[in-house]
Amino acid sequence: MQDPKRNVITGPAIALDGNDIDTDRIIPARFLRCVTFDGLGAHAFEDDRAQLTAAGKRHPFDDPERQQARVLLVDRNFGCGSSREHAPQALMRWQKGIVAIVGESFAEIFFGNCVALGIPCVTAAPADIAKLKAAVSKDPKLEVTVDLEKGTATAGSQEIEVSIPEGAKKQLVTGRWDSSAELLEGKDATAKTAGKLPYFAHWA
Amino acid sequence: MGDNLYNKVFDKHAVRKLDSGQYQLLMGLHLIHEVTSPQAFAMLRERGLGVPFPERTFATCDHIIPTHSQLRPFRDDLAEQMLVELEKNCADYGIRYLSPKTGEQGIVHVIGPELGLTQPGMTICCGDSHTSTHGAFGAIALGIGTTQVRDVLATQTLAMEKLKVRRIEVNGQLRPGVYAKDVVLYVIHKLGVQGGVGYAYEFAGEVFDRFSMEERMTVCNMSIEGGARCGYVNPDATTYAYLRDREYAPKGKAWERAIAYWDSMRSDPDARYDDVVKLRGEDIEPMVTWGITPAQSTPVTAQLPAASQFAQDDRALIEEAYQYMGFTQGAKLAGQKIDVAFIGSCTNGRFSDFEEVVRYLKQSGKKVQPGVRALVVPGSQKVRERLIKAGYDKVFTDAGFEFREAGCSMCLAMNPDKLVGRELCASSSNRNFKGRQGSPTGRTLLMSPVMVAAAAVSGSVADARDVFSIQN
Repeated sequence: MQDPKRNVITGPAIALDGNDIDTDRIIPARFLRCVTFDGLGAHAFEDDRAQLTAAGKRHPFDDPERQQARVLLVDRNFGCGSSREHAPQALMRWQKGIVAIVGESFAEIFFGNCVALGIPCVTAAPADIAKLKAAVSKDPKLEVTVDLEKGTATAGSQEIEVSIPEGAKKQLVTGRWDSSAELLEGKDATAKTAGKLPYFAHWA
Repeated sequence: MGDNLYNKVFDKHAVRKLDSGQYQLLMGLHLIHEVTSPQAFAMLRERGLGVPFPERTFATCDHIIPTHSQLRPFRDDLAEQMLVELEKNCADYGIRYLSPKTGEQGIVHVIGPELGLTQPGMTICCGDSHTSTHGAFGAIALGIGTTQVRDVLATQTLAMEKLKVRRIEVNGQLRPGVYAKDVVLYVIHKLGVQGGVGYAYEFAGEVFDRFSMEERMTVCNMSIEGGARCGYVNPDATTYAYLRDREYAPKGKAWERAIAYWDSMRSDPDARYDDVVKLRGEDIEPMVTWGITPAQSTPVTAQLPAASQFAQDDRALIEEAYQYMGFTQGAKLAGQKIDVAFIGSCTNGRFSDFEEVVRYLKQSGKKVQPGVRALVVPGSQKVRERLIKAGYDKVFTDAGFEFREAGCSMCLAMNPDKLVGRELCASSSNRNFKGRQGSPTGRTLLMSPVMVAAAAVSGSVADARDVFSIQN
């Protein structure tokens, strides 16, 4: 089985410009009519891609040189809107699979969904993200390394500071991002807490 | 110094601190629906996990259900398959499923309160971002992803960080023709779509004290559009009057005990907050969104903002919004021709939302303009039944609206109700994202139900105060 520790993540990068990119754009709602997450990867950003293609432009996800990308670079409030986990599921199933995201900031539910899938979303200053984007735009093969413990993202000679909330960082670097085992261990404590809440006992 | 409701409820439900520093938080109520639960059940099966608190989870179907007819099997095979899956999962794990046959089906955030499942001092979660709605009762109500749905099914708990709390006070009076929807659009306009990240919003002040539960739900519903994972209003006499005698509300002696607990969860008068924002009710006008995020809004009377008015790093998004919507900076939205009018959703699909519209349709005798497709979609079967009992369905159909079955309908385009091409929709829903209403190029204008009705009878965006002679 693959090591669940997510301390240092390395891979070619893909940059996406724009603030407030919502999860409806990451995976349009019609693809949520499904009972598994299989096959969602092909539809990541489908409507944005089609519209840019129709306008004679190209979405980064359609760039043939970026199909190996593993690290996604974004701007502010990425993943806002719907709580659909289908959004990070689509990203991790797109081509080689996105395994880390660097951005100015993230919407909260999206961030939590990513952690639950072992995908770190780290934040950095806008100017630093611009530097990273500039570096990777010149070279599709240039690998970006996100180091959670050191708090850095590097691309060639470019190194920037990144951060992630302490709790999520701990989960990811120790490989305990799949929380269900730990939550199950709290079974007795859960019963105890429930026992103290009057409504759990129907106000008896 | 006293404490606020968020902290009190959180502390009561905190099971233990986890190694990561997060808390294991007990969930008092878990609501599930057909879209975000099937994969969670699949993971349970894969891992051989059970559901220890099946009586704390309730299911319904809302996102994919057609609103022209609920007859099975659905014409959409995928939708039918999702419902079959939900039925099977509920049966296998002993979860109560509020199916269309029960007469209690509806949008999950409409039926929870309506059945009295949603109560003060609870923790509530659902695989849907608009779970924040339930905060109107003084609960911590969180939208979660599917993996977390699995965790709640398997353990009745979530791993959570504690949020900060921002108190948003709206004092003074709202002017006639200004509604809860305008209040929340105004708050989001002021604080931005990201302003609430890391916060729970406590809504308070004279305007909220006077609001009905349904108005409070409209505001809490859109907390998430302001980036806040949850929003709440402290429980009070209005809350208790709403809950009393509802199906799942405590009865008799239990009711008295419940009130004592609920009162004790209220924010103390000297509670500490991480931030406080004060707004004036008088400053709020009927709001309409013009762009592709819920913060891109304007009073209906105002000119559309120039991109140059915004901070440098916001301008790209503003330009993108203008380009997508096909509007011109400096123009007015009023007079903009619409194609579709939609009244419904978990934001504004409750009885009082429709009743207010009926009042003005009756008073004015105005009809939907030819060429406008106008939908009225009750948020639940019970709302629908009440509307029919009051004869309001007739008022709507006589005025040229289609009166549909309960569901999410055109809010989110997972069912047959969708925009076509670049259609422009006046909508009482909560999101104006690109493609949100089902056409990748469709366009949404968010506004209050009365403003949607004004647009429907005018054929274009209009100030409802003029259209329906609402005295200012």
